[in-house]
Amino acid sequence: MAFHTRALLGACAVAALCAPATAETLTIATVNNGDMIRMQGLTQDFTDKTGHTVEWVTLEENVLRQRVTQDIAAKGGQFDIMTIGMYETPIWGKQDWLVALDDLPDSYDTDDILPAMRGGLSVDGTLYAAPFYGESSMIMYRTDLMEKAGLEMPDAPTWEFVADAARKMTDKDNEIYGICLRGKAGWGENMAFLTATGNSFGTRWFDEDWKPQFDSPQWKETLTFYIDLLNEAGPPGASTNGFNENLSLFQQGKCGMWIDATVAASFVTNPDDSTVADKVGFALAPDTGLGKRGNWLWAWALAIPAGTQKEAAAKEFIEWATSKEYLDLVASKEGWANVPPGTRTSLYENPEYAKIPFAKMTLDSINSADPTNPTVDPVPYIGVQFVAIPEFAGIATQVGQEFSAALAGQQTVDEALAKAQALTAEEMEAAGY
Amino acid sequence: MARAVTTRRKALNTLIAWSIGLLIFFPILWTILTSFKTEAQAINDPPLFLFFDWTLENYAVVQERSDYMRFLWNSVIIAGGSTVIGILIAVPAAWSMAFVPSKRTKDILLWMLSTKMLPAVGVLYPIYLLFIELGLLDTRVGLTIVLMLINLPIIVWMLYTYFKEIPGEILEAARMDGAALKEEILYILTPMAVPGIASTLLLNIILAWNEAFWTLNLTAAKAAPLTAFIASYSSPEGLFYAKLSAASTMAIAPILILGWFSQKQLVRGLTFGAVK
Repeated sequence: MAFHTRALLGACAVAALCAPATAETLTIATVNNGDMIRMQGLTQDFTDKTGHTVEWVTLEENVLRQRVTQDIAAKGGQFDIMTIGMYETPIWGKQDWLVALDDLPDSYDTDDILPAMRGGLSVDGTLYAAPFYGESSMIMYRTDLMEKAGLEMPDAPTWEFVADAARKMTDKDNEIYGICLRGKAGWGENMAFLTATGNSFGTRWFDEDWKPQFDSPQWKETLTFYIDLLNEAGPPGASTNGFNENLSLFQQGKCGMWIDATVAASFVTNPDDSTVADKVGFALAPDTGLGKRGNWLWAWALAIPAGTQKEAAAKEFIEWATSKEYLDLVASKEGWANVPPGTRTSLYENPEYAKIPFAKMTLDSINSADPTNPTVDPVPYIGVQFVAIPEFAGIATQVGQEFSAALAGQQTVDEALAKAQALTAEEMEAAGY
Repeated sequence: MARAVTTRRKALNTLIAWSIGLLIFFPILWTILTSFKTEAQAINDPPLFLFFDWTLENYAVVQERSDYMRFLWNSVIIAGGSTVIGILIAVPAAWSMAFVPSKRTKDILLWMLSTKMLPAVGVLYPIYLLFIELGLLDTRVGLTIVLMLINLPIIVWMLYTYFKEIPGEILEAARMDGAALKEEILYILTPMAVPGIASTLLLNIILAWNEAFWTLNLTAAKAAPLTAFIASYSSPEGLFYAKLSAASTMAIAPILILGWFSQKQLVRGLTFGAVK
């Protein structure tokens, strides 16, 4: 009997050792955009390779941000993988809320990730989220209207040229506006654009002692330039326009230029949705000769919340979704134009991908943004179009409301800047800076 | 002459009523129309009303991308469950307040209503932590309980108002005939208050069906109802209005149909006792 028991236990132990790793079901929170939806459709490939299955929770960006923040702060454990951005990653990584991705296998080739992306998603050199797709911002312009205005867009224009071109392209009687820019209040809306634009005018949110800088002449110059330009050459109601509103205007042929996310290039050149698909050119975001351009840097990245019970399987998923092989998989199924952009150097070395009209400009834009050194004068923070501190989202949304009100003509530039300075100083003091 | 004026006034009233009705219904109509457009047509300026190439493509995309039936089933269980449990608790509560009131009944009623005055987000974090402790996150049981508790004050108030219209003497007579409390509520009170109970039931199903704050915050993949299904089609970068409209139409269709068939009952219940 004892022999039988020992034999049975031995057999169980051998079976346990030989059995494949348990197949897990991963819950992944993500945003609704084309690349993410495409990945959901290709998940079977991951399941075939690993045996793990995936349940998706797709949410609108702001809802997602609130849900994952709430869950990770309360250690709710509802998600095994979260889609987060460049803003959250350094903050959460520093808090030890995320699992470090420092043990990915050599075959994953971490060094192939674009340096700007890796820098923005790391804390002290340790990667905490793997970029799924990356973007910068650039100028998208109507080649026919530019020609009609007798101008030629350089690859790297100045703000002076852009303002001049916008005024010349404007034909309000025919509802053609020289430039469309974000005006809707929000830290990810008008403040993303204005913070990045401000970098090229020499502004900064804080000096090295964390003192707010809205009382500087550079901020006054930036905001005055932006409001004058939109008043003279922008569409009516610009203070309520965000990405989608401007996309809609551009696709209907009502914008001469639009400075926004590089991801928009694929939308405005898609003949199914855009009436100007074959008349679009691209250029780097403008500068003023101070050494910084007005473009931002953003990535949607996959991260594992600390405390998940399925860390190993979650890492396998991240390896799969952000690998070179995944890019090849998308290309083979849906073509190179649909491959998630902006993450890997090898993608931009691929001659097939180089044929995509906006590929080079996207890479150049990403490379010209440096989240660790974003401004002309030194700053104590990381982030091009944001400041990677927890207080920023709240403060910037309030500042965005003041700037949006100034654009709508409800207050002057000086009033908006004074209020921005006061509220930022108050919030930062309360936060202990 | 007098007859002509009456007819004209009648026509005017009808016109005003139809205009108001159309105005209220217009957002839903526009959502339904947009769901049959392409994304480009959905953002067309000027907006296209009826003359566009109607397409079912958005419904096909939504059907392919999401498991609609799973979301629908969760909505049915959560909305139905919370309403039925709420009614079971509220009927005895409303009975006691209507027929055996104490000095504090009015205060209790007001206090119950005051719980609706606090913004939901104010108690989000405590409830979230409680749900983690109790293992109720992303479960239909958890959401059913929360929605039942949220709607309970409204259910009690509505039933209390209906019960107040019923003469206490009838219940007294039943008691004199030997009816126990259970029989009094089940066989005397409930049948007389059927229109009121039915309209309370319907209104609360609609409220629970459309509740978006708690259903979005306390669910992930398993217990997510149709509100989460709609939310997954909104996008900050890219055109989504047509697909979002298709998802919204699919989400509101069941409750719209239910409302359509029960509107007579609903109106009768809501105006119950309004005119003596």
